[in-house]
Amino acid sequence: MAETLRRGAGPERRPPLILNASGCLDALTAPAVARSLDAFVTKTVTPLPRGGNPPVRIAETDVGLLNSIGLANLGIDAFLERQLPRLGELGVPLWVSVGGFAADGYAASCARLEGRPEVEALELNLSCPNVDGAAGTAAEIVLACRRVTAKPLYAKLSAATWDLGETARAVEAAGADGLSLVNTLRGLALDERTLQPRLGTALGGLSGPALRPVALAAVYACARVTTLPIVGMGGVARGRDALALLAAGASRVALGTVLFGDPQAPARIRAELAEEAALLGFRTPAEAVGAAHGREDGRSATLDQRLRSFPQNTCKLGTNEAVDRRS
Amino acid sequence: MLRRAALSVLGVEPVGPYTLLRLRRGAIRPGVPGQLFMLEAPGRLLPRPMSLCLAPPGELGFLIDPIGPGTRALACLEPGDELGVLGPLGHGFRLDVERPLLVGGGIGIAPLPYLSERLGHPPALVGFRSEWHAEAAALVPRAEVVVEPTLVTERLPEEPWDVLACGPEPMLRALRRLAPSAQLAWEAPMACGYGACYSCAVELDGEWQRLCVEGPVLSGGLR
Ligand SMILES: Cc1cc2nc3c(=O)[nH]c(=O)nc-3n(C[C@H](O)[C@H](O)[C@H](O)COP(=O)(O)OP(=O)(O)OC[C@H]3O[C@@H](n4cnc5c(N)ncnc54)[C@H](O)[C@@H]3O)c2cc1C
Ligand SMILES: Cc1cc2nc3c(=O)[nH]c(=O)nc-3n(C[C@H](O)[C@H](O)[C@H](O)COP(=O)(O)O)c2cc1C
Ligand code: FES
Repeated sequence: MAETLRRGAGPERRPPLILNASGCLDALTAPAVARSLDAFVTKTVTPLPRGGNPPVRIAETDVGLLNSIGLANLGIDAFLERQLPRLGELGVPLWVSVGGFAADGYAASCARLEGRPEVEALELNLSCPNVDGAAGTAAEIVLACRRVTAKPLYAKLSAATWDLGETARAVEAAGADGLSLVNTLRGLALDERTLQPRLGTALGGLSGPALRPVALAAVYACARVTTLPIVGMGGVARGRDALALLAAGASRVALGTVLFGDPQAPARIRAELAEEAALLGFRTPAEAVGAAHGREDGRSATLDQRLRSFPQNTCKLGTNEAVDRRS
Repeated sequence: MLRRAALSVLGVEPVGPYTLLRLRRGAIRPGVPGQLFMLEAPGRLLPRPMSLCLAPPGELGFLIDPIGPGTRALACLEPGDELGVLGPLGHGFRLDVERPLLVGGGIGIAPLPYLSERLGHPPALVGFRSEWHAEAAALVPRAEVVVEPTLVTERLPEEPWDVLACGPEPMLRALRRLAPSAQLAWEAPMACGYGACYSCAVELDGEWQRLCVEGPVLSGGLR
């Protein structure tokens, strides 16, 4: 933990990257949205083409979104031939999300991506709730991929494991360079009238606001047990959601569901993040990385100073309009 | 180029069981009839897909059937409220037709008033569940109105017309059998409306395609 927290503390801290969460954006149909991100993560690419799941593929609930897209993608061959060259032309750093059903499938895809200069990093999707039968443990898959690639390898984990910290440590030992936290959680929505499942596959992946505390807990727990940089995601819709993930220990933040309703969200959230961080006495958002772990070194304002300035800030943060009107 | 803007509500008017939501046009263009717009539904996570119903100068009018939480939130807006609107998106109706006949069923008449205006008020045939629902027929110029149990497909004229239609899926399927070259506006649940998420996949010529990108208006071919 000490090293993780120290990494956030130096003057060389870089601004956090805003990425899209893998699979949440087709950059070729929405190039302007992709270019507004600091890095673009592709939809998960599998060894063979997948049509995806039968409709209905989405259901909005009161607390979040259920999806069962089912990793619809062209497969690695067509991806390399038809999509990657066009993605490379976008001019945005490109991460490729790699999926599979066994360690050798993941590794085969990584090996084929290894020589492609368009690709900055690889994210291993070890956690899709819409596909059955991902075999091999997370660490085995990371190990197999590590052998065939020198590109940065991010392990994307689900919060639905008995001990996420344990998995994080295992993938770190296997050679992962970072963690992406979190993927969706399995959920079910029933039609109110018929009481039948609303999704074609019945079960789907839950994303959006409902994931916020889950994502925070996952990032927090992993930041305490590994030194890996973390991409935090799950329900980020405003600058303060992103700031919370940084405070929990993420150094980058990814946006998913929010992009569907607001394709201009990346620029808005980046601006809100800077503003909210400043309000709390951080010179830059990067300075807030790890703040939830009680680290106080190397910061421009002490916790004391920030708490003293907090009451006036409450209204500005939009948490208490009544106070705003009284003052 | 994606265009999203906050538009202010000018009026909210009942039309039978439906609600006509009138917005100040702002930076959003009306586009081609049959294209879709994503309307922010207050308090909901996702916006809702809607087709433009009326496009008087400076305004955009949407006809809404309040069937669930999102459409009800839209119908409960009040003059002066603001909501985010993204659009126009996807492909609308081709307007280069010789003998247009507009066909609509229920809330599916929503895009017909603007379509009628753009085509110079061709004949129309619209069907509804009840007399109350049929009050919306007043929005469609030159419309012959049928009410259930009579169906629009029973009244389709014999001669060859260029059918442009929107309505419930069984109506569209029946129309396609009767008029294979018809332009039909389909629906699918949509999360983004701009091709990002693959939630609106429909099977087209044996392949999964995104309805918000290839459609919502398609000529034959669907499933
Ligand atoms: C391209 C397009 C244009 C549309 N234009 C209009 C319009 O002009 N006016 C209008 O009132 N509605 C229109 N709709 C339908 C409208 O978007 C849905 O009724 C709305 O999203 C339902 O949201 P809700 O929260 O009110 O209800 P939900 O609770 O989401 O839905 C209520 C019920 O309707 C079903 N349903 C939801 N969305 C759809 C859908 N898209 N297709 C079929 N069944 C669905 C659900 O499964 C559920 O049983 C359009 C849809 C599309 C795709
Ligand atoms: C429609 C949709 C498709 C997704 N596809 C993928 C995918 O292909 N690969 C993946 O690793 N995660 C996928 N995810 C999960 C997201 O990357 C992200 O982990 C999750 O949605 C949480 O972030 P959010 O709450 O901001 O959406 C998908 C999520 C959604 C909503
Ligand atoms: S609604 Fe997102 S791709 Fe069509």
